[in-house]
Amino acid sequence: MARRKAVLGLVGVAAVTAIGLTACSGGSSATSADNTIDGTPSGDIKVVTWRTDLVQDGTYDKWIAEFNKKYPDVMVKVEGITDYANEMLTRMSTKNFGDVIGIPTIQPSQFSQFLEPLGKTSDFESKYRFLSGASYDGTQYGIAWGGNANGIVYNKKVWQEAGITTLPTSEDEWLADLKKIKDNTDATPLYTNYKDGWPLSQSFGNLGAITHNPDAQTDMAHDKAPWTEGTDVYAIDSLLYDSVAGGFTEKDPLTTNWEQSKVDLGTGKIAAMTLGSWAISQMQSAAADNGASADDIGYMAFPANVDGKQYAVIGGDYNLAVSKYSKSKAAAWAFIQFLVDESGYTDDQGMISTLKDADLPKNLQDFETAGVELMELTPAPEGQESLLSDIANDSKVDINGQIYRQKLVDIARGAADGDKASYFAELNKAWGASVEKLVK
Amino acid sequence: MQTSRTDHPTATAALTASDRTRRFRGRGRGTGRPGGHSGSLLRRLTPWFFLATGVGLLLLFTYWPALNLGYYSFTDWDGIDQTKNLVGLQNYIDVFTDPSIFRVFFVSLYYFAASFLQMAIALYFATILSFRTRFSNLFRGILFFPYLINGVAIGFVFLYLFQPGGTLDTVLSWFGVGDPPQWLGDPSLVNWSLAGTSVWRYTGMNFVLFLGAIQSLPHELYEAADLDGASRWQQFWAIIFPGIRRVVGLSFILAISGSLSVFEIPFIMTGGANGSSTFVIETIQTAFTFRQVGLASAMAVVLLLIVLIVTWIQRKVFPDEKVDLT
Repeated sequence: MARRKAVLGLVGVAAVTAIGLTACSGGSSATSADNTIDGTPSGDIKVVTWRTDLVQDGTYDKWIAEFNKKYPDVMVKVEGITDYANEMLTRMSTKNFGDVIGIPTIQPSQFSQFLEPLGKTSDFESKYRFLSGASYDGTQYGIAWGGNANGIVYNKKVWQEAGITTLPTSEDEWLADLKKIKDNTDATPLYTNYKDGWPLSQSFGNLGAITHNPDAQTDMAHDKAPWTEGTDVYAIDSLLYDSVAGGFTEKDPLTTNWEQSKVDLGTGKIAAMTLGSWAISQMQSAAADNGASADDIGYMAFPANVDGKQYAVIGGDYNLAVSKYSKSKAAAWAFIQFLVDESGYTDDQGMISTLKDADLPKNLQDFETAGVELMELTPAPEGQESLLSDIANDSKVDINGQIYRQKLVDIARGAADGDKASYFAELNKAWGASVEKLVK
Repeated sequence: MQTSRTDHPTATAALTASDRTRRFRGRGRGTGRPGGHSGSLLRRLTPWFFLATGVGLLLLFTYWPALNLGYYSFTDWDGIDQTKNLVGLQNYIDVFTDPSIFRVFFVSLYYFAASFLQMAIALYFATILSFRTRFSNLFRGILFFPYLINGVAIGFVFLYLFQPGGTLDTVLSWFGVGDPPQWLGDPSLVNWSLAGTSVWRYTGMNFVLFLGAIQSLPHELYEAADLDGASRWQQFWAIIFPGIRRVVGLSFILAISGSLSVFEIPFIMTGGANGSSTFVIETIQTAFTFRQVGLASAMAVVLLLIVLIVTWIQRKVFPDEKVDLT
């Protein structure tokens, strides 16, 4: 008798496992007629966010309480993920990845597989900035939650100490200034953050600002030799190469440390880093926490000019989107609108508001005094939204990553064979082959 | 019947393997048991039920993902798209025709070379500590300890050790080395530094394998050798080394497959930069940076095949001969 029970138990376990597995893979999506983003916001939604700090310090709770004043029928749950960019991609292989998410790095052509369309892009143009990041085929799939400018964050005190009075507006001036810093101060003129890697990719955000070309990305996707003098990407990578080759960067790039670099920039051990404007507030708090002043942190445009005028590219941060499989799409969409329009997030973070009629944040006022003009890149033409990243993936030249720039730094510091010309030729060859293959 | 079943494992536990088979065979042929026809079917199935959980988990979490990996390697999947297009052998052709993919195997040679040093150190200490040595348990603990530390933690510890002006440079400066090299920044040194870290980490495991094998050798042999006036050195070559040859062979296979699939230490310490990228790091970058999961799966399958082939060659060249010390 006892044995039969055990057997039954085993069969039971097997059956439950089987049911569990099928439930995981075959959850049917409940697409009832009234579950659209235009419906009445009600039901439970789960918000998945990369800002774990805002979950922990209660900012989200405050927002949810405020949101519930307007929509009392919506129950909002928040989950923060530390390694958001990677983990979200894994979660999206299921259907249960939250109702409100930030779009990770998926191809624009894949938006419709995961995300609920929010409407025509043209309908949002009068109200919001940064629409190009989440637009495909004229349809908008997400709204940027704030945006950033691109340029260089620097320590004003160190630059003054080195005897520099005007900010550099060309590569030659930049290199001369770095030399002054190296000769006159103890600071590392430029810190690459080579080991952590991702900060190296930040300079790519300046694409377009150097030649004041809003179509720079589309042009690069059609250029068989973009690393040729006169292009934006040439200027960006050349600046890095020459700064490293001139000995203006950290001594051993293999042992850099991102958290420490914030403190070092704040306290004047580092003079400059190429980072988006999102970094300003972090540098300021690192400075204030370590006995220096937040006012020491400044922000300048990429050292380049078109007829004496400097430009800075602004672009959206993560795009907030509604999951295609959400059971309360209207509530999810209402929460996104609340976050973007009313939460005050961009003000708190020193980011550029997505709303077109909002003012520039305080920390970008350096730009205004320096006469830097802000510009937005135009979206890629229809059908070519993913072309640039397709070419990058196919040619393995990770323009948005660090692998090829680490090699560039290695060559510049004499740790790998070649020179600037030979490596740029190598990049052109790989890129050109993929352009030929993918551009029809 | 219930009692005979429950006391069965305890009874056999004390028996040797050959006894056990004899006894099982005896039972199979044995005289009829009460229970009838339907009961015997259930009884014959019972062992399978015991196996089911383990085998089920193995199939579900090892073989099924491995089969999936094989399937992905024939597609152009990017890791997220809901459709996977079959591309035939294209990914495998890419793996074998793209020189940048295979170049990284040269990095494995550093780790392979270092693994000999690792086995030599482990064998040396295992031999010494198998004889009567003062504080031998303490030393065993110290030698094995690094293997117990999490690989990520080791990566960070050594990152601080190798920093310019870090621990290693400070210690060297006590001995008058004023201008130490950049241990990770210098491309001709970086792989040796990383391989050295790997030696530090895995010597403990080799040591324990060797020590266990040495201690299983019959003690009378040493006594006999002592009586014959053999020195420790002679004892090592005549008794210990032949006695543990199989374990040395096993360590050798582990060293090859280990150096082909080095991952944690270079990934944590350099992220594969500065010419320290290994095949596994390259695979990860292909899958998650360049979103070519299909190609990366093919690379993973190729690595598996290479390890299998190397193991097979090793078994052919050094057959698993019986060790006979008498």
